[in-house]
Amino acid sequence: MTDPSSRSRVEVRPVRGPAAGPPPSGPVLTVRDLRVWYGTESGPVRAVDGVSFELWPGETLGLVGESGCGKSTLGRGLLGLLPAGAKVAGSARYRDTDLVTAKPREIRALRGPHLGLIFQEPLTRLNPLLRISDHFEEALRAHEPDLSDEEIRRRALEALRSMGIPPTRYRAYPHEFSGGMRQRIMIALALVLRPSFVVADEPTTALDVLVEAQIIRILADLRRNYDTALLFITHNLGIVAEACDRVAVMYAGRIVEQGPVRDVFARPQHPYTRELLRSTISLSTTGLHYIPGAPPDLVQPPSGCRFHPRCPQAMRVCRERFPRATTVGEQRVECWLHGPRELIPDGGDEPLVREEAGVVDES
Amino acid sequence: MATPTVPPPTLVVAPTTGRTRLRRVLRGIVRPLRESHGVARFMLVTGLAVTLLMVGLAAFAPVVAPYGFNQVADADGTRFGNHVPPGADHWFGTSVQGLDVFSRVVWGARTAVAVVLLALAFSLFIGVLLGIVAGFVGRWLDRALVLVMDALYALPALLLAIVVAFLLSEYVGGGVTTAALAITAVYVPQYFRVVRAATVSAKEQTYVEAARAMGAGPVTIMSRYLLGNVVHSVPVIATLNAADAILTLAGLGFLGYGIQPTEAAEWGYDLQRAISDAGAGIWWTGLFPGAAIVLLVLGLTLVGEGLNETTNPAIRVRRLLPVTIPRRLPEQDGEETR
Amino acid sequence: MSTRTSGSLRTYLLTRLLLFIPNVLIILTIVFVLMRVAPGDPVSVARGGQLPPEQIAMLRRQAGYDRPLLVQYWEYLSGVVRLDFGRTITDSREVTQILVTNGGATLTLTLAALVVAVLIGVPLGLLAGRRRDTTFDAGVRVFGILTYAAPVFFVGLLLQLLFARTLGWLPSSSQATPIMQARVPTRTHIYLLDALLAGDTEAFFNGLQHLILPALTLGLLLSGVFLRIVRVNVVQTLRDDYVEAARARGVPERRVVIQHAFRNALVPFVTVLGLNVALLLGGAILTEQTFNWPGVGSQLVRYLQNRDYVAVQGIVTMFALAVVTISLIIDLVNAIIDPRVRY
Repeated sequence: MTDPSSRSRVEVRPVRGPAAGPPPSGPVLTVRDLRVWYGTESGPVRAVDGVSFELWPGETLGLVGESGCGKSTLGRGLLGLLPAGAKVAGSARYRDTDLVTAKPREIRALRGPHLGLIFQEPLTRLNPLLRISDHFEEALRAHEPDLSDEEIRRRALEALRSMGIPPTRYRAYPHEFSGGMRQRIMIALALVLRPSFVVADEPTTALDVLVEAQIIRILADLRRNYDTALLFITHNLGIVAEACDRVAVMYAGRIVEQGPVRDVFARPQHPYTRELLRSTISLSTTGLHYIPGAPPDLVQPPSGCRFHPRCPQAMRVCRERFPRATTVGEQRVECWLHGPRELIPDGGDEPLVREEAGVVDES
Repeated sequence: MATPTVPPPTLVVAPTTGRTRLRRVLRGIVRPLRESHGVARFMLVTGLAVTLLMVGLAAFAPVVAPYGFNQVADADGTRFGNHVPPGADHWFGTSVQGLDVFSRVVWGARTAVAVVLLALAFSLFIGVLLGIVAGFVGRWLDRALVLVMDALYALPALLLAIVVAFLLSEYVGGGVTTAALAITAVYVPQYFRVVRAATVSAKEQTYVEAARAMGAGPVTIMSRYLLGNVVHSVPVIATLNAADAILTLAGLGFLGYGIQPTEAAEWGYDLQRAISDAGAGIWWTGLFPGAAIVLLVLGLTLVGEGLNETTNPAIRVRRLLPVTIPRRLPEQDGEETR
Repeated sequence: MSTRTSGSLRTYLLTRLLLFIPNVLIILTIVFVLMRVAPGDPVSVARGGQLPPEQIAMLRRQAGYDRPLLVQYWEYLSGVVRLDFGRTITDSREVTQILVTNGGATLTLTLAALVVAVLIGVPLGLLAGRRRDTTFDAGVRVFGILTYAAPVFFVGLLLQLLFARTLGWLPSSSQATPIMQARVPTRTHIYLLDALLAGDTEAFFNGLQHLILPALTLGLLLSGVFLRIVRVNVVQTLRDDYVEAARARGVPERRVVIQHAFRNALVPFVTVLGLNVALLLGGAILTEQTFNWPGVGSQLVRYLQNRDYVAVQGIVTMFALAVVTISLIIDLVNAIIDPRVRY
């Protein structure tokens, strides 16, 4: 993947968000072959293992996949918030800084005014002993130490108002708010610094449906008004269809397919994407569909294509060789079904015999 | 005993021979040692070594100690002399009464171990029994017992032990049993609390319900199902309490309410006598018994903490291991590096 | 603050206050039962052989030991309500008088020990928790276990040997040198305060010098408890979600640690203080004995040796009441400090 010629061959020009306006100088974030591994007693866990994508200003990229596929690790890794003991390799270029090689101090300075993070569980994310006002003062002072008290108050109240929190509650404690309100406060806290890139890590999973719709509308407004690039991590494909411009499907630490939401949802190219789409419930659903087999072991991932043990269309080559990224229209897929044919050895395109796969897997 | 969830014992217990049971018990003892690592392992090993050393001293006191605990003269009838500094004849010197300090320390270990074992047995028996009964029966009995135990627990441990020892010394005399009973009163509430809480939560578990539905009587349920489920949390508490009990015993002795000097050697009593020596610069009468207390308490505490850290999943730390991500070579484009 | 929250605070305070009464009643009953469960006659135990039988009978009547047990129990309870703990058998002193004359010394010692324990235990605990699993952390943990494993009287003895005997820097027993004690007029029964009230700085500093070793001895015992709890709390708060959230907003690490982790780790500390009142008072008895410190604990030991049941019962009752009351006060204070307890 580091080979420049092969890179340019599979390069996909992403479709920018509908409200992106005049083309900016380039992507906000360029991620190349990013890997995040954890050391454990049974060996390294390859939570993220060679992920590449771009994110343009004002664009929302949905990152979907089963739990444990490395979505959250990817989001945290971009902001340098991984637990001690995690190793990162590859590159993640935000404007002029490589987030992988940057010093902790540099990333710290970027977090807030440039990189924002919205968390999954809003109930525990505010310090219970500090007032809402303290949280805003702290965040603003950390990055703009010269702000006057008056200015801090004005900006905090403005951010809160845009989230529908009345200014009368500015000096209240976190426990006096409901879960949905707390999540809106968390978003206001992230946005008061006007970051150009925000990771939203399942921001609505812990909330009820009405609040969910509200939060999604807020996030949609956000990119329209501020040109913010959003990495929206979720396992809810409905939200992706509604709120994202592009989607990246993650499986076992890799992005197996990415492209414009409409294209991917209409013509999924990777068997995993297809299975994932089939397992969602729609009005016409009569029975629940699920993908057979267990999510892969990230310590000893399957050989070749990681999805091959569960793939309904697995071929012999899938077990032997890692698939190349190829383009199909505006989609980018890592699957042997889309070639390149010249790399598939003779007889490699014959269907994989499943019992055989099981034996290999267990060894 | 180390696992947080104990599988429910089967109703039909296969007859086990003595040997397999022994093996199972041994495995239970060794398991925390095997599963521990890092700091916890260090604590376990050091603590066990120190504790075993002191228990060894206690067991072999007659062999190790050169003299009796209240012997002031050697076999020929020559007196040792008072406040003799440490030397070849008396390794740790002699006390104000002309007792050999080394022998007192060794015999003191025997006293301490005996008292603590007795006290542990008493308080375990009473505490576990009351806890299971309260947790299982519930209602007013439970509430009354909880109130009383909480009140006992709120009292300063030493104060409670003093009062019990004070009362018992009047009628039983100041021996090992008195001291053990005084200490028992202090630790019953702790076992009661733990066992009661575990019983209450275990009672709700489905397999107890199932056993009840199958017609098992309350006594069967209590003894077979609950005891086995509850007891795995007790070793940690018991070890830490043993350490604390040594301190309580010494405190009692220091205040003159433990074991009478004529009955047995006791470190706390020796330290009380040593306080007046300190002003005269005589250090050996206090230093050695004191160091013996510290060693034994330290050993037991380390074992308890080590056990806690290996068997309690809530505080166990996931070990972080260094990872190196192999570089990818250009020709391996997208290929797995294995 | 809305009226709803202040209302629930009031409910909490009220329930806690109401629970205090059965608490005290049970403790008093336990003390009474313990003291009376033994058969025999406390008065003859205390003064047996020293007095003619008629006088013993009179003392028994005075102490109320000739009446039925239930009546005695009632007398005891109503006495406690009137703050009357009886009159000692051996020297015919009001038990409350013991608290008045000797309570000051115990209060001085325990407060000074608390200061020492907080000064040593809290910073060590905070830093050890922050630098978890480093050599510093390991050292602090060993120190914590050692302060626990060493009995107070042994630590006291070692400090006496080192600072009083070998170095000769500090005095090793009593509250002050006798001349100073005679010089300072007694007003509050708290020696240091009396010296200040008399404007006698020399006597005051003499008292401070005498206080150092006992306070250090008892303080070391508690510092071990404090540092262990503070350390565990810091380790936990550093893992809390709001700490990560603060980092995600780019709050400087120093501020994250101090404002979020340390501050939140210290909130349960008030509760810890409450849980250790019993330990503090128990340790005070031993420390007073070690340093010949004229507090309530040393009086208790004296009456124990004289087998004075009334005095022992009275002092034990006072200790028990002190523990329960201080715990109550700490719970109430905690409810007012921590916004989370209220609802």
